[in-house]
Amino acid sequence: MATQVLMPALSPTMEEGTLARWLVKEGDTVKSGQVIAEIETDKATMEFEAVDEGIIGRLLVAEGAAGVKVNTPIAVLIEEGEDASSVADAPSSAPATAKSESDERPAAAVAAVPAAPAPVQPAKGWPHADLPEGAQTKTMTVREALREAMAEEMRAAPNVFLMGEEVGEYQGAYKISQGLLDEFGSKRVVDTPITEHGFAGIAVGASWGGLRPIVEFMTFNFAMQAIDHLINSAAKTLYMSGGQMGSPIVFRGPNGAAARVGAQHSQDYAAWYAAIPGLKVAMPWSAADAKGLLKTAIRDNNPVIFLENEIMYGRSFEVPVGDDFTIPFGKASIVREGRDVTLVSFGIGVSHALAAAEELAKEGIEAEVINLRTLRPIDYDTVLASVQKTNRCVTVEEGFPVGSIGDHLASTIMQRAFDWLDAPVVTCTGKDVPMPYAANLEKLALITPAEVVAAVKSVCYR
Amino acid sequence: MARKPEPRPNVSKDELLKYYREMLLIRRFEEKAGQLYGMGLIGGFCHLYIGQEAVVVGLEAAAKEGDKRITSYRDHGHMLACGMEPKGVMAELTGRIGGYSKGKGGSMHMFSREKHFYGGHGIVGAQVPLGAGLAFADRYLGNDNVTFTYFGDGAANQGQVYETYNMAELWSLPVVFVIENNQYAMGTSVKRSTKSTTLYERGVAYGIPGEQVDGMDVLAVKAAGEKAVAHCRAGKGPYILEMMTYRYRGHSMSDPAKYRTREEVEKIRTEKDCIEHVRDLLTQGGLASDEDLKAIDKEIKALVNEAAEFSKESPEPPVAELWTDITV
Repeated sequence: MATQVLMPALSPTMEEGTLARWLVKEGDTVKSGQVIAEIETDKATMEFEAVDEGIIGRLLVAEGAAGVKVNTPIAVLIEEGEDASSVADAPSSAPATAKSESDERPAAAVAAVPAAPAPVQPAKGWPHADLPEGAQTKTMTVREALREAMAEEMRAAPNVFLMGEEVGEYQGAYKISQGLLDEFGSKRVVDTPITEHGFAGIAVGASWGGLRPIVEFMTFNFAMQAIDHLINSAAKTLYMSGGQMGSPIVFRGPNGAAARVGAQHSQDYAAWYAAIPGLKVAMPWSAADAKGLLKTAIRDNNPVIFLENEIMYGRSFEVPVGDDFTIPFGKASIVREGRDVTLVSFGIGVSHALAAAEELAKEGIEAEVINLRTLRPIDYDTVLASVQKTNRCVTVEEGFPVGSIGDHLASTIMQRAFDWLDAPVVTCTGKDVPMPYAANLEKLALITPAEVVAAVKSVCYR
Repeated sequence: MARKPEPRPNVSKDELLKYYREMLLIRRFEEKAGQLYGMGLIGGFCHLYIGQEAVVVGLEAAAKEGDKRITSYRDHGHMLACGMEPKGVMAELTGRIGGYSKGKGGSMHMFSREKHFYGGHGIVGAQVPLGAGLAFADRYLGNDNVTFTYFGDGAANQGQVYETYNMAELWSLPVVFVIENNQYAMGTSVKRSTKSTTLYERGVAYGIPGEQVDGMDVLAVKAAGEKAVAHCRAGKGPYILEMMTYRYRGHSMSDPAKYRTREEVEKIRTEKDCIEHVRDLLTQGGLASDEDLKAIDKEIKALVNEAAEFSKESPEPPVAELWTDITV
């Protein structure tokens, strides 16, 4: 009986991919485990193995086809003597398995399951304070924006360099640094052994010795191995030296939940780092944020924690053209204007807030959505001005509830705008549990637009 | 364990007097710090360097302008040896505006860009990758500077030390790892913390050469330092010097040192003391008279008293300093 072979999900966040190469042709007999194709994901080129035995009846997707959605039928397997023309209604095979060419560490490892559903993308055309009046823009992904920011700053200053695991020859575990080794060489794109504690310390020392390191953590979960150097060595030395010695350094990498990678690889550290005097903390949402904030971070003379999000890497946004575009720290952007309630968020939370705002608009509630962009410093003025206009506030973030950024904002608003409030501030956060692996439980642990909608209705007494 | 009679070393009178003066300054300074601590003028943690003076003085003699140094919290000796002002160090100990960190760092956290002294670090072992990072910068910038990265026998058991060894050798970083083996990590003797007690040999696993040195002999320290520095400057990567030394005082001011006998300490003091060693070389070799040395003692005493006075008179930092130097 004929079976369909489906486009596999070869990374936790993959939604589509390119069928780079077929290694079989119609009529070939294949065994289970045989590599039948090469598929390019957002992060790497992967070998794709057949699960079942059979004869390739038809190849449904041509070699080189890009943007093939996960779970699209790409080939049909038939049994001996079967007619390839009877394949139209063939049942799909079990999810394909795939073997990575690389030895990526668990966060970036293969999960042979479809990626979790992504939050709704904001509609184009909403006001975006990132973009200067009349600026010429181009569309790029968050990934490309980060890469461009690093490349431009490395071209501009010879003492800027990138170090981390797999940043060079591997071209980046998440392909952020793709091509940088070719342009800048191994002196400035430094592959490290898997020793976060050690290389974070070396980078801080290098920052005291006249360099401006960019340290890539494969994920911020691994930065917990190194957190002593981020806080005790980088953040505190300026103060401890009476102003003699600062640490111009950027620590960047994906932060927060990806998809289906379990408790040790899914945590939002925003509130942790935002608590530390001596650090600056940026958390971009859009590609424009990513580029403008990262350039500012690299030029900053202080240690900057730069929290990216794996799910956002492949998303596209408009970004101003030119290498002079930067976004100052401590300036929030209002990504949607509204009069009824203020939604304050940052990072991927902005996507959730915008999706909620769209739902609420259908019911006549106009939400103003603020993207904080940096968490140290925080742009309190923009938040307070908005709350004084709308008289209601809901915060949205992915992190744990206790000691969250939302808690801090709620406290600040209570102390500085109490008389303007018509309802208590409600904080929407991730749940107070380690991240579960099971798809249904993971969905419940994460913050969703529906929860934001419910929170807004509660503060609007509707 | 008595120091055997040595042939007269090939060293000038001026050189010996310089070492004598520098080691004595550290010792008298530390004794004074101990006094001020007892008077309540110095607070918190205060880790004295008494007994180990030959290590920093010998290695500084092997350094050139531009070389860097970084160490742990037992750092007063390192600062004085690299030429930082006793006044500024003492005033930092008393938490005054005249201190190197305006009183905001304290005994464990002092720095001097001018003298290439990069701290003063309170987390055991943290200075090891930081020091390698300073060397990384020098290699990147293409100069021939070397970084002396000091740590103790206690820190030698920290994981980040070995992460750093691996990368330092991999990238041929010009760093001299100086293990000041004073035989006690706070109250735990080396033998009670590891079965591999020759600490320099651990570099072998990473391809880093090293050797054990009599850290109570300033001339031996200097000779070993010159060898290590030459290795680094030649672009051959890091080098490990395990300095066998001894601290006479407790780990910090609050340590009664019950983990060792009074006799053990007394034996080292009488038989191995680094300052007495140089004094003997000077007097027995006829290079200096007791009067000459007394004059130096007096001069050092005055210098230390002046530092102590300054550290008492210098005001506490103005309240506004609470909010400065957090970011630039």
